[in-house]
This record gives sequence, structure tokens and C-alpha cells, in this order.
Amino acid sequence: MSLFDILAILGKVAFVLAVVLGSVPLIVWFERRGSAWIQGRVGPNRVGPFGLFQPFVDVVKFATKENFVPRDSSKVYYHLAPALAVVAPLAAFAVIPFGSQIIVMGQAIQLQITQLDIGILAILAFAGLEIYPVMLAGWSSNNKYGVFGALRGSSQMMSYEIAFGLSLASMLLVYGTFDLNEMVRYQQNTFFGFLPKWGILLNPLSFLIFLIAIFVETNRLPFDLPEGDSELVAGYHIEYGATKFMMFFFAEYVAMIMASSVLVTLFLGGYATLPGVGLLIHTLGISLDLTSDNQQNLLALGQVTSFIFKVALIMIFYVWVRWTLPRFRFDQLMNLGWKILFPLSLINLMFVASFLAWIGG
Amino acid sequence: MAKVVSRKESFWDRFYIPALLIGLSVTLKHFFRSLVLGKTKTIQYPEVKREYSQRFRGRHFISIDQNKIENCTSCYLCQTVCPAECITIVAEERDPAQNPYGVAKEKKPLSFDIDALRCCFCGMCEEACPKDAIKLSRDYELATLNRDEAMYDLNYLKREVKGRG
Repeated sequence: MSLFDILAILGKVAFVLAVVLGSVPLIVWFERRGSAWIQGRVGPNRVGPFGLFQPFVDVVKFATKENFVPRDSSKVYYHLAPALAVVAPLAAFAVIPFGSQIIVMGQAIQLQITQLDIGILAILAFAGLEIYPVMLAGWSSNNKYGVFGALRGSSQMMSYEIAFGLSLASMLLVYGTFDLNEMVRYQQNTFFGFLPKWGILLNPLSFLIFLIAIFVETNRLPFDLPEGDSELVAGYHIEYGATKFMMFFFAEYVAMIMASSVLVTLFLGGYATLPGVGLLIHTLGISLDLTSDNQQNLLALGQVTSFIFKVALIMIFYVWVRWTLPRFRFDQLMNLGWKILFPLSLINLMFVASFLAWIGG
Repeated sequence: MAKVVSRKESFWDRFYIPALLIGLSVTLKHFFRSLVLGKTKTIQYPEVKREYSQRFRGRHFISIDQNKIENCTSCYLCQTVCPAECITIVAEERDPAQNPYGVAKEKKPLSFDIDALRCCFCGMCEEACPKDAIKLSRDYELATLNRDEAMYDLNYLKREVKGRG
């Protein structure tokens, strides 16, 4: 591996980390102000322009608080849980492609940290790992609310992993590959020359199931039972304060961004540019008389921008849903998961498989 | 006895999707109403202050006449009626040689202390007062930096308050 490759990988890691961690304060800000606007309030508007610096001030507040450890907790797992909570979703970003490729000094750089042929399986593995911080935190903090939160969290994530996996499997059948880059390339094709061949149009039912499943997986309202402020105080992270709480808080948003990125890659065309933008970039590249390398770089810029744009739309949807729907009751949650989404996704998978077998001859 | 209420759900209602979409459209409407039209309920407190009604019971004061002499005649009615026992009055006779009021104000308070930390702002002192001397203003910002500032003496209570503040 040459020095160039190492630098390229480090650059990509830095870029992804900067974008993901940098967008968390922005989302937190939007969550607070968006909820305020939905409820006819104003929200935090004092710190900085439009209150944009409020999350940074909150970080300072968390960091300077007393670092409290409950006496009867299991110290190792208690400290391991918040670290794992951040690491698991961040690691999954390694396989998500956020652009085709850029050409620097005549060498092509894939805009994806690691080019894994089984990318989607790695994402599934890291998504499965997100149960551990919930269980470890709830159990190790030696608190009844914590244990309740952990029990609820692990059972709901387990139940929805099935619907999540089955709806994903049907998309794997459609694309015929585990490679996320291949999937995006497939989605760049069009129906009748103008309608993009995105997963949402190929398999809308699968999209709906996947959307519901990622809400459950990331413990967002209306499925925030592990936290359930009004019944479990704060659920699994009740005994966490200061920086350790901040890590859980951060991890929640990182997991949301991760889940939205997977959703975008599978169903909304990934980094494929929005209809019309690709043509615009092409004509711009020709009119500016760029070299073919720079045309590719311009295209990559457009692709990264449209990827971030699509993820941002999903994040706005997350916030919008959170402040619209009330929390589910636990039995309703389990009914939805086992009696509706599981059979539905199974039928969907069967249908897609037989349809593909039929047209494939 | 529990009464069973049967809810009639149509075929589409049982999918919950139409209801979800209605809910989402309602919140979206409110979102843009606040964001674009700026129709919010928030009062930006230190800059904008809420106007309370004339009947609001806030910080106490003692009304004064045109000579800046308090109307109180130390009748002890407020001290007697006060359920929180926060009023302490010490009475004194007004010097007959320098009393333009004659019998109307023979007595005056030597000291009139109100412990605002004990006060429950029930307004019974105001009702009991035959001279309309003790009153509760509309001033509601009662926070102090120490306990001593919450002990109102006669000098403080006699401050000029227009109307009910």
C-alpha cells in the first residue's frame, strides 16, 4: 500500500467523521427549534444566530458537570456501554458509499472508506451491535428503571431486526448483490428514460417496512420505549450523567444518521444525483471547459451533496414524526412487529422472489 | 360498571396510514405557521413582560396621600387577619401639635414589617384594611439575592406606586 493510498483513506475517514459528527449539533438544534415551531413556541434562540450555538454550549455544560458513577454499578460495563454506543454506528459508516470517485493527481479514489463486497452484511452486524450498549448500560447501572429500559430496548430491537432483515433481503434479491456501490450503480438506471430506478419505486412496501424498522432500531419516537421519559424517567441511561450521558445522546443521533444513510443507499438512489442535476453538472462541466478528470470531480461533488441532501431530508422526517405521533404501548409495539410487519415482510420477500424468478425465466 | 364503547373503524382506518398522514399534515401546518408567519405563543420574557389583570396580587405597598403620609392608622386588622402571620406592626401616636388630619389619623405605624417569604399573597389584608392603606401591586418579580431584601419595612412599603403598579 503506497503512501498515497494511506493518505487517501485517512482523508476519507476524516471527511466522514467531520461530516457526521459536525451534523449532530445541527440536527439537535433543528430538533429543538423544529419541535418548538411545531408546538407554536420559539425554541432556543439566544446563543448565536438563530440559537445555532446552543448545542455547543450544551456540550460545554455536559463536559463540565460532575463525573458521577453509581456505587453499586458494575464499573467495567458501566463505562464500556457509552463508548460502544458511539463506536457501533460510527463503524458502520465505513462501508457506506457517499460518492462515485474523485481523481486526484491522476489516481482514482473511491468515495467509500472501505470497498467491501459484503458491505450490507457489515452494516447489519454493526446495527446488531447497537443492542449491546442498551443492555450493558441498563444492567450495569443497577437501577430498576435502567433494567426495564434495557429489557424493553433489547426485546424491541430483536423483534424488529427480523422485519428489518427481511425487507433488506428483498432488496438484495432485486439488486442481486451485497455490494452497496453496485446497488447505487443499479439505481442510476432509469425507467422510460426519466424516472430514476430507485428502490422506493421498485419495492415501496419494503421501503415502508424498512422505514418503520429503523425508527424502532434507533429508539426514536413513536417507539422510544427504552427511554420512555414519562414512565421510565430516562430508561437505560438513567444513571449516566455528564460526558457519559452526552455520548449516549450523541450516539442516538449518529445511529439515526447511519440508519438514514442505509435507507438512502438502498431505497433513494444513494449518491445518485437527483433527476436533472446530473445533466446540469454535465453541461456545466462542458461549458467551463474542464478536463475529464475535473468533470468527474465536479460530478462527485454533486453526488456527495445529493447524498447529504437526501439524508438530511430523512433526518427532517425523523424530527417531524417525533413531534407528531405519541408513544406506542409495549403490547402494540410487539403486535405491530410480530403480527403485522413480520408476515408482511415475509410475504413481500416471497412475492419479490417469485416475481424475479418469473421475469428472469 | 364498565361500559363497552364500540369504535366503528372503516377498512382504511385499520391501516392507520390515513390517520398518520392527517397527523403529519397538522404538524406541518403548525411548523410553517410558526416558522414563516411567526405566530408563536412565546413571550420573550426579559424584553417583553406579561400584563397581568388589575386584580393580580403581587408585591405589597402602602398607599400614601398627597402629603406623602401613609394612610395606615395602625388598626392591626391586617395583622390579625393575616393567615401567614407575616405582618408585624408597632403603633405610635401622631404628634398632636403637627397633625393636620385631626382625629382621622391620630395613630400611625412606628414600624410596619412584612415578611414576603411567609406571605401567601391571599389578599386578605387588603380586604380587611378600612383605610385602603395596604395593597398588593401587580409587580410579580419578587426574586431577591438574600433573605433580608424580602423583609419589607415601612420605608420600602411607602414607595410610590401608580394605580396598582
